[in-house]
Amino acid sequence: MPGAPDAGPVLAAQPAPKAEPRLKPDQMEYYHPEELLQVDYDRLPEKDWMSEPPDIRPGNFIHPTKPKNLEALGFPYPRDWAPLDPDWKLPADWKEIVFKGMRDRLEKYRSFRVFMDVCVRCGACADKCHFYVGGGDPKNMPVLRAELLRSVYRNDFTAAGKVLGRLAGARPLTPEVIKEWFLYFYQCTECRRCSVFCPYGIDTAEITMMARELLHELGIGVNWIMQPVAACDRTGNHLGIQPHGLKDTLEFFADDIEEVTGVRVEVPINKKGAEVLFVTPSGDFLADPGIYTCMGYMALFHEIGLDYTFSTYASEGGNFGLFTSADTMKRLNAKIYAEAKRLGVKWILGGECGHMWRVIHQYMDTMNGPADFLEVPVSPVTGTRFEHARSTKMIHVIELLADLVHHGKLKLDPSRNDGRRVTFHDSCNPARGLGMLEEPREVLRAVCRNFFEMPRNTIREQTFCCGGGAGLGTEENMEVRLRGGLPRGNAVRHVQERHGVNRLAAMCAIDRATLATVCDFWAPGVKLTGITELVANALVMKGENERALDFRKEPMRAGAGEASHA
Amino acid sequence: MRILVPALAVVVLALLPLAGVGVLGWTGLFGAAVPYAAAALFLGGVVAKVLTWARAPVPFRIPTTCGQQRSLPWIRPARLENPSSTWGVLGRMALEVLAFRSLFRNTRTRLVGGHLSYPSTKWLWAAGLAFHYAFLVVLLRHLRFFTEPVPAFVAALAHLDGFLLIGLPEVYASTLVLVGALAFLFLRRVASPPLRYLSLPADYFALFLLLGIGLSGAWLRHLAKIDVPAVKGAVMGLLHLSPRPPAGAGASFYVHLFLVCTLLAYFPFSKLMHMAGVFLSPTRNLAANSRAIRHVNPWNHPVPVHTYAEYEDEFRARMRDAKIPVEKEA
Repeated sequence: MPGAPDAGPVLAAQPAPKAEPRLKPDQMEYYHPEELLQVDYDRLPEKDWMSEPPDIRPGNFIHPTKPKNLEALGFPYPRDWAPLDPDWKLPADWKEIVFKGMRDRLEKYRSFRVFMDVCVRCGACADKCHFYVGGGDPKNMPVLRAELLRSVYRNDFTAAGKVLGRLAGARPLTPEVIKEWFLYFYQCTECRRCSVFCPYGIDTAEITMMARELLHELGIGVNWIMQPVAACDRTGNHLGIQPHGLKDTLEFFADDIEEVTGVRVEVPINKKGAEVLFVTPSGDFLADPGIYTCMGYMALFHEIGLDYTFSTYASEGGNFGLFTSADTMKRLNAKIYAEAKRLGVKWILGGECGHMWRVIHQYMDTMNGPADFLEVPVSPVTGTRFEHARSTKMIHVIELLADLVHHGKLKLDPSRNDGRRVTFHDSCNPARGLGMLEEPREVLRAVCRNFFEMPRNTIREQTFCCGGGAGLGTEENMEVRLRGGLPRGNAVRHVQERHGVNRLAAMCAIDRATLATVCDFWAPGVKLTGITELVANALVMKGENERALDFRKEPMRAGAGEASHA
Repeated sequence: MRILVPALAVVVLALLPLAGVGVLGWTGLFGAAVPYAAAALFLGGVVAKVLTWARAPVPFRIPTTCGQQRSLPWIRPARLENPSSTWGVLGRMALEVLAFRSLFRNTRTRLVGGHLSYPSTKWLWAAGLAFHYAFLVVLLRHLRFFTEPVPAFVAALAHLDGFLLIGLPEVYASTLVLVGALAFLFLRRVASPPLRYLSLPADYFALFLLLGIGLSGAWLRHLAKIDVPAVKGAVMGLLHLSPRPPAGAGASFYVHLFLVCTLLAYFPFSKLMHMAGVFLSPTRNLAANSRAIRHVNPWNHPVPVHTYAEYEDEFRARMRDAKIPVEKEA
């Protein structure tokens, strides 16, 4: 019954949005900002959270993995099941599987053990989660999200839990608990904002990763993640673009670049002996506006004469394995070093992506290194040795750019971006997994003259997630995404009203896709852009024509001067 | 229920020695057996727990970075918030442990008229810090019962702590701060609906138990005016494994002692282990330098990988047609 009013409570405690006729809960238009803003943090369910069953309803969960994707990857218990069904067809010995899975991980991860034991429930994290801020569902407070798992840990792995039971915060594992895990560990984007505020550094991302691994052991996952994982395993990228398709796409981009600049850029693919392997999220190949960022890379690399190559086998910088399991992350990530070795490159350059950089920075070398067959990255233009990447041998395109800009090696005309009034969204992983805060700002200030920061507590290490990271950026969970996008959308709205901001720059492919929806809903009129797209706008290329159009084929200087009084 | 049960539990715990010593005269049990058992549980439990944590490997280097990374030489790195060296990590940990750095960041989310704001809020930080430091001072002051001769700093500390010069014996500032901070932390838990919702009985139990210890201690000093040399004799006896119950200490002394023993015994099995756990948290105690120095995972097992050869086998014809270089022609 499409668009039928939902009788149940929305996100446990908040009033349900009124339904529009003919609209469905997976459409943005189904929701209204004024209704979603009716959040009252002090309105809580009557019952104790342990007695409150999970409220799984259209708009707040993601479709389960199709069996073929689990089969392709060799994951256990592929089956057809639906979250709205009472019976999830759990394997016969499901409890044993979960306990064994927990025991294994408690032995393999100190983080998991310590985070299960030390939380004092001080509540500092409670209102730091974008899903809680936008929805008010108490189980989206990071502390309670972790308690969903911790309560089972206490019950079966600790003396206090075994003796004192519920008084010690323990509860037995039931099928309802599995449902609750599925709902809430797919309402966490592993953004780590809570971890910044926790006095013990408890990282909900780590807990969510463990919970998702446990669910996978029962054959429970979401298709929005596992389809890309299966595609990436086979074709080299999440979108399933095959080698010839990727070549066509990049040739198209070269044609478009030529059309607007008059400069023909090369399209190096699987080129042996290139100096640099370039890896970027596949969203940059297909999704608007990521494609303009990709054109930006190509124009930039041509202009600085970088000897680089794309790879079709390692055509994915992102890694949905991170949202699945450590083994899956390693499996997908392994292709990057393998391909660098096969092609004989010297070092690796990565594109604008968020979670990709968590994997590259904190996992790649450990999982698939050592990369002793590569050399420390050195900028061929400035000669800068990127010592901070001397082991991994991989740097971020924005690090390369910041170095170029700092040394004045790019001919830039920032006035071309005058119509673009830009603010910058720190993507969660570059901010809280690396601390890449100044590099993008240095580049942005060099290429556009109207740059405005969002409020202090919403940027840098305190940045708010887009609401669609960690495999949540689909449509069937639209209500969750819009609510989770509220803090970011609200901050964008603030600079839009105050400074006439019309562009939200983000160095993350998921942001460029999901924040477009968030902005349309919470700050209509603001469009997404990658940083390298803005760089390419300002880049004065050798032999270029008058740049009347940008890569979007919109007038380059549209709107320049209009909003300057705002 | 979540508040009442732990409150009653602490009351019962306080009544046990009153009955046990005051009525039945079991000073041997409450003055020797229980303290020894509690000390053993505490030491054994804490060591076992820490060893369990320490034995678990740290497969990945996962610091939460809270500032600028060390990258290009002209960009100033946040040495403490995003440490790239051991010294930086030590600094970060020192700030965390001694000054509760992360709690200092705390904000409060406000949604008013469709506008979100996140004003700074330092109450939790202040009360947490006040409680912990007051507790430390109280513990150090108690060294006078455990040492002979009493170290000069203990006497000096007690002197400073009594600077208010109220009452006789003078009221220690740390007593007031300890009880005040605990009361605040309790009221905070109850007053905020979300916080009340997420709190477990165990959270209230720890607060009530500590309050009970603080209040019974104050009772001993100010109302019971306990015979300090006698108590010291008893404590020293315990330390030298020749327990002799203090003469004429009264049942109220055993209340204090029993609550302390409860705390010791309960400690290793509770959230109070955060005291040790904070040192072992991988998001705080590691340098964020994993691109510069390889971090080794001891269980880094192999995983199936779709190799390039397998990939090319599937797509070779199309690659050739598209003039993409291939390894094998056939």
